[in-house]
Amino acid sequence: MASIPAGVPEMVKLGDDIDNRFDDARQRAPLIVGGMTFNDVTETVCKIQEQGTTLPWLIAIMITGTLLGLFTFTVGYLVTTGVGVWGNNQPVSWAFDIVNFVFWVGIGHAGTLISAILFLFRQDWRTSINRFAEAMTIFAVICAGMYPALHVGRPWLAYWLFPIPNQMAMWPQFRSPLLWDVFAVSTYFSVSLLFWYTGMVPDFATFRDRAKSRFFQIVYGFASFGWTGSSRHWHRFERAYLLLAALCTPLVLSVHSVVSFDFAVSQLPGWHTTIFPPYFVAGAVFGGFAMVLTLAIPARQFYGLKNIITLRHLDNMCKVLLATGLIVSYGYTVEFLAAWYSDFHYEQFAFWNRAFGPLGWAFWTMFACNVVAPQFFWSKRIRHNLFCIMFISMCVNIGMWFERFVIIVTSLYREFLPSSWGHYMPTWVDLGMLAGSFGLFLTLFLLFCRFLPIIAMAEVKSIMPQAHAGHGGGHGGVHGDGHREGHGH
Amino acid sequence: MSTISTDLPYRPAGASLEEEATSLFAYTAEFKEVDAVLAAARKCRDFGFSKWDVHAPCPIHGMDEAMGIKMTILPWLVLSGGLFGLGGGLLMQWWMNAFDYQFLISGKPLWSLPANIPVTFETTVMGAAYTAVISMFLLNRLPRLYNPLFKSARFRKATDDRFFVVIEASDPKFDEVKTKEFLERLHPESIERVED
Repeated sequence: MASIPAGVPEMVKLGDDIDNRFDDARQRAPLIVGGMTFNDVTETVCKIQEQGTTLPWLIAIMITGTLLGLFTFTVGYLVTTGVGVWGNNQPVSWAFDIVNFVFWVGIGHAGTLISAILFLFRQDWRTSINRFAEAMTIFAVICAGMYPALHVGRPWLAYWLFPIPNQMAMWPQFRSPLLWDVFAVSTYFSVSLLFWYTGMVPDFATFRDRAKSRFFQIVYGFASFGWTGSSRHWHRFERAYLLLAALCTPLVLSVHSVVSFDFAVSQLPGWHTTIFPPYFVAGAVFGGFAMVLTLAIPARQFYGLKNIITLRHLDNMCKVLLATGLIVSYGYTVEFLAAWYSDFHYEQFAFWNRAFGPLGWAFWTMFACNVVAPQFFWSKRIRHNLFCIMFISMCVNIGMWFERFVIIVTSLYREFLPSSWGHYMPTWVDLGMLAGSFGLFLTLFLLFCRFLPIIAMAEVKSIMPQAHAGHGGGHGGVHGDGHREGHGH
Repeated sequence: MSTISTDLPYRPAGASLEEEATSLFAYTAEFKEVDAVLAAARKCRDFGFSKWDVHAPCPIHGMDEAMGIKMTILPWLVLSGGLFGLGGGLLMQWWMNAFDYQFLISGKPLWSLPANIPVTFETTVMGAAYTAVISMFLLNRLPRLYNPLFKSARFRKATDDRFFVVIEASDPKFDEVKTKEFLERLHPESIERVED
């Protein structure tokens, strides 16, 4: 291990945790603590899969499985009966279905941000959390994708959305933002899936090489494509990974921008705003990071990953939450400012109604959760308290759901013509599908924890000092990057 | 999978046909430290081996230079995949909305580039990303379900915490005795014969 210069704060133990959150220019804080070796990383991560089914996992999946059952039931009821079982009405023709769609798509964004954008910015701390953040992306987009497919009313005709010949002999209308959405979300899903799977191939090889049972040897053998860790393969792998990260970066920014076009391109006051694309993207990252924290804190506690997902990782995520929370707050403010400055009666009414109308409580819930709650992260003490982090993340999860509810429902239920005003009330099917989609999401996540490598082992190893030349034999270099280059010429 | 011990230097009389067919595939040399394996890789490169490789649990900084790996053509393939997606996306939209089934809606022009940019962007990314992953695996000659190296129990540590220099017997500079001596001079943790 690198020797620590004099005067640098020692890493102290806090319960089971090691505090690596110091900032000292002379000594970069280690990203993996507890003096872990490559083998320790392998053991820690593989143990999660190899320990088999545990009782807490079984109890957890029974609960989420019940919710999944509720989802299946409500979807079945909806499909066999019709969308009238939802609370959607005129004028509120978009309600929980689209709220949940935007909510779940947004959750996914943090995963791609962590895996792609932080990769391009060489934020090495991402390696500890990127795998399950990416998994979260995939599962969230699966949940999201259910809603538009059901919203079309006859889901068996949902393929009309895609450019494949159909019985009407008509093609999709490519000038509609709703169709852009189809392309954006399906590209996002499939590219995220590729990114996730590609990253897992070397870890599947580790699972394969450790598997005791014939069954898992075969399953992980197929899944790993015969990966041997060849350096010639790593060379192309790293290149492909970099290119995918570079492609995913504009992609993730485009997805929620396109989702926001669904609203911004319309003429409705409260929707027709140019700030929507950046504000939607920031909100998506904000909500997604809250979900990553919500999943990461129990996972690290439960699976003994405290030396890999360290306090510094949580601290960094809190800072991202604070920064994106401020962008979101700015978005809210600018919307009101633009409404006031526009001097346009309908626009001003839309925002007055949003905050002080009959659904004002939804707005203030959103405001408290998204604007006020993250401000506590200015305090280092709160960023260091796992209970507070968990509580604030939960607030943000709730707040971001309400943000979409506020944008969609409060803009629709009272628009231009007072004679067409209405109200909105969700039905039990709406609520069941919302709760049920969490069942789908969490069940998939639990299955992922049970059978797949939840930490990107190869990537974590690549940022450890052992992977760099000149770390051993008491050289004491911090990272030793490349100071051996040029030997053997 | 056969169960022949890889340590046997000769085939015993009366061996089955399957065993008869086995031959030396490669020598593997195991290393514990990155420094040692980088030094070994430079020596192999300078000796002029061509069918050899270094297996590691994660990419090693400086290994491309140490092994003399040339830059892959992958980025160019990805570029062409992206361009294909771009052209294909534009052509699809034009053909579907402005040619095959003329879609006149809200008095908008039949064909206007700005409205078609989002979908074009998505098809471009899709083309490039699919090409990146598929051509990366194909250039690596993966998926490959059989590899003689899998017969070695020790080699399984290559995906855990060890580094392996593998010199294949099909290399023109390979010599059963001399290559083994060459590897011994690199001071590995162990040397193993892997048979096919």
